[in-house]
Amino acid sequence: MVSFDVTELPPADPPARGESAPEFVRPLVGAEYWENAALSELAETGPVVLVFYPMDGAFPATYMWTEIRDRGWGADADATVVGVSISTPYEHGAFIDRYDLEYRLFSDPANGVAERYGVVHDLDGMAGVTEPRPAVVLVDGDRTVRYTWAAEEWPEFPPYDETEDAIAEL
Amino acid sequence: MSDQQGEDPAITLYRLQACPFCERVVRRLEELDLAFESRFVEPLHSERNAVKRVAGTRTVPVIVDEHTGVTMAESENIVEYLDRTYGEERLAPSEA
Repeated sequence: MVSFDVTELPPADPPARGESAPEFVRPLVGAEYWENAALSELAETGPVVLVFYPMDGAFPATYMWTEIRDRGWGADADATVVGVSISTPYEHGAFIDRYDLEYRLFSDPANGVAERYGVVHDLDGMAGVTEPRPAVVLVDGDRTVRYTWAAEEWPEFPPYDETEDAIAEL
Repeated sequence: MSDQQGEDPAITLYRLQACPFCERVVRRLEELDLAFESRFVEPLHSERNAVKRVAGTRTVPVIVDEHTGVTMAESENIVEYLDRTYGEERLAPSEA
């Protein structure tokens, strides 16, 4: 049980298990630089966990990435774990630095990737701003979706154990 | 566009957003129709460790050209190098 009121989100429409995950290219930000990267490029080296999350600075962003960091996702190279948010490369750089993340984050200010993945969240009280809702899409080396989760409430956090099981099953 | 896709071209350009010296190199790369990949670094000089590691300097632009094994800083030198290696000038070796 959560101790605060949660808001229900309209239905999400993420790609289903077995479907091909939509391809995209966006600046992928690491600790030292950013460059354009394609999902298919990341998938060439194995499974990819796409973590859609709210803008850097919002508390769910902090909760999600410190949890993922503390759980050591991707540390044994079983999957490449990357984030997707609307924050700019500069904000991603500061966020990575602040929380000592060894993950790279896609910068998608126009929210097109979340749109293509059916996980958009139109923010109440922030006119004209839309971002991804928390969501997880696990794709294998062929870019086939193997696991999907999308928040149905706001805020709601990814089922970390379930995601780890899905990665382990690959 | 040469640097919009996810492929891995042989030339990597370390650049800073809105840096005129970097734009100068970009213009010449485009004029010569060379595929390249842009890596954007931090404005703060002290945080450009990636550049320092590859080129021994924290200044940008820097290019790394896997065709030739050349890593080079300073826009004027880079432009001259590109012309010499990929431009019309390479057809006139007698001048070299």
